[in-house]
Amino acid sequence: MEKFTTHISQAIPLNIANVDTDQIIPARFLKATDKKGFGDNVFRDWRFDKLGNPNSEFTLNNARYSGSILIAGDNFGCGSSREHAAWALVGFGFKVIVSSFFADIFKGNALNNGLLPVQVSEGFLNALFAAIDSDASTLFEVNLETQTISIQGTDLSEGFEIDPYKKTCMINGYDDIDYLLSKKELIEAFELQKPY
Amino acid sequence: MKKTLFDKVWDAHVVDTVKDGPQVLYIDKHLIHEVTSPQAFNELVDRNIPIYRPDQIVATADHNTPTLDQHLPVKDELSRRQLAQLSENCNKNNITLYELGHKYNGIVHVMAPELGITQPGMTMVCGDSHTSTHGAFGTIAFGIGTSQVAQVFASQCLLLSKPKSLRVTVNGTLKNGVLSKDVILYIISKLGTNSGTGYFCEYAGDVFENMSMEGRMTVCNMSIEMGARGGMIAPDDTTFEYVKNREFTPKDAAFDAKVAYWRTLPTDDGATFDKEYYFDAEDIEPMVTYGTNPGMGIKISETIPVDSDPSFKKSLEYMNFEAGTSLLDTPINFVFIGSCTNSRIEDFRVAADYVKGKQKAENVTAWLVPGSKQVESQIIEEGLKDVFTAAGFELRQPGCSACLAMNDDKIPQGEYCVSTSNRNFEGRQGQGSRTILASPLVAAATAIEGKIIDITKQLN
Ligand code: SF4
Repeated sequence: MEKFTTHISQAIPLNIANVDTDQIIPARFLKATDKKGFGDNVFRDWRFDKLGNPNSEFTLNNARYSGSILIAGDNFGCGSSREHAAWALVGFGFKVIVSSFFADIFKGNALNNGLLPVQVSEGFLNALFAAIDSDASTLFEVNLETQTISIQGTDLSEGFEIDPYKKTCMINGYDDIDYLLSKKELIEAFELQKPY
Repeated sequence: MKKTLFDKVWDAHVVDTVKDGPQVLYIDKHLIHEVTSPQAFNELVDRNIPIYRPDQIVATADHNTPTLDQHLPVKDELSRRQLAQLSENCNKNNITLYELGHKYNGIVHVMAPELGITQPGMTMVCGDSHTSTHGAFGTIAFGIGTSQVAQVFASQCLLLSKPKSLRVTVNGTLKNGVLSKDVILYIISKLGTNSGTGYFCEYAGDVFENMSMEGRMTVCNMSIEMGARGGMIAPDDTTFEYVKNREFTPKDAAFDAKVAYWRTLPTDDGATFDKEYYFDAEDIEPMVTYGTNPGMGIKISETIPVDSDPSFKKSLEYMNFEAGTSLLDTPINFVFIGSCTNSRIEDFRVAADYVKGKQKAENVTAWLVPGSKQVESQIIEEGLKDVFTAAGFELRQPGCSACLAMNDDKIPQGEYCVSTSNRNFEGRQGQGSRTILASPLVAAATAIEGKIIDITKQLN
């Protein structure tokens, strides 16, 4: 997993609530047996029409917007546990997703793939959308060390929460398998005297 | 200290606690399927890590399988490859696999309980969000991502922070025609799709105590639709009766010893929850959804609410419904009875009971997709297949089918489908399809009438 410390980029707005993982990557693209190529089909049915022509109204096709931060509406990533959703967002080039609320499984999947979910207040989320609205080239800075997200050129910033263990993993590029394997002896001992 | 059912099961599985961090939770059973496991197997190969406890893993093929001609090679090349890879991975690693055509094959959340793989007091995971189904047995069961599938492969454990606790109590007597599906759709319509995020939910009260195991599974199955990682119902005699004598259940004295332990699991009187909700059974009616998330549900006799929120409006636009109107008399061309929510024998009995002696409407395509081979056999043995066939319904072979439309079972663009599945997301049942979630009874009635009707009027 890639290390993550700070990230500065323009952002793409997706002001829709309850974006589910079926929208992020529809089920018909889940037939692959590796992690590659999902970025091509991220938000497939919003990005393209049935014939495969780009939908010019969709935010990812809007020439005004670019960058590796996605700013999304409330309750992002609900629904299916498919990690393909995180692979698709990472594959497309996103490094940070900002929302006022993330679904549990999606949040875990994102963290396990070096994609940082940044949960902000509704008020700050609206400030982020407003900043892009007035100037699409606005830069946003996400600092994992200090756990803050700020709008460059303004004094607007907000702190965000992250599990301290997960923070260490992201900063160092470790994953849970390394940690669990280091606990093998404890696990074996537990198996020998399960309390149930 | 007073403990909840969830606390008792969780605490018994904690191997270790990271300082100021998550806990290492031991996993008793790991269920896998073809779609979310291949990348995890690859990861272990790449890192040269062996599968730690292959005998605690059970695999099935369900998501990406055809529901017709299962004895023939799968036509779609990518699907065929994905299924072949599952078989290869299981063979190589000595993992039990119920592949297509096996007498135990079925949707992962249908086949595991019916084989007695699911037992009270266990921890269970699967790379599938509806793993919450197994909570019906008083089991901590939840969906995980593929990275976590790899973690369980490597260590039989997961690193997790203990979720908060939530209890939903429903007391009273359900009205005629109100099924377990209506109960959970009602709860989600009241609480919304993210009220459970960060929580594990216990369902309590006489409504759940009086429910069959099939009904309890339907309820726990949809816990994820209110954001909860899982749902649980205290194990009781109904649970033990169901689990007894199944393929993988301990037998005789060993079973009695288990039951004695399982009886200690229910929440202690006076234990507290982080959040509690109470509902009256009498207030619940048959439910339907009108929007594009499972929280957008109404009683079948109600009208679609009016809301100016842009996401709400977008959702109604997609469904081609108008705020303030009723769904009654909406013409419906597709009906799907299936999915891990409602594809157990009880669901087909309810549907058959209603359909008996009637004929489906001409405009309707009605698919019945059993949750497993065993359910399929039961449908045939109990004579339900004859009832359905006579009424013009089509009984297909087991699998996830139109619940997620990964195979050929897709609802066409723009069409409505009254479906007993669990998600009405945009395009979930096929690109451009419009899903209306409902119980097997409402689905059966829709198939007969060719439109949505107020079933309570017929029953009372
Ligand atoms: S039936 Fe539907 S919800 Fe259930 S496991 Fe299959 S795809 Fe998932």
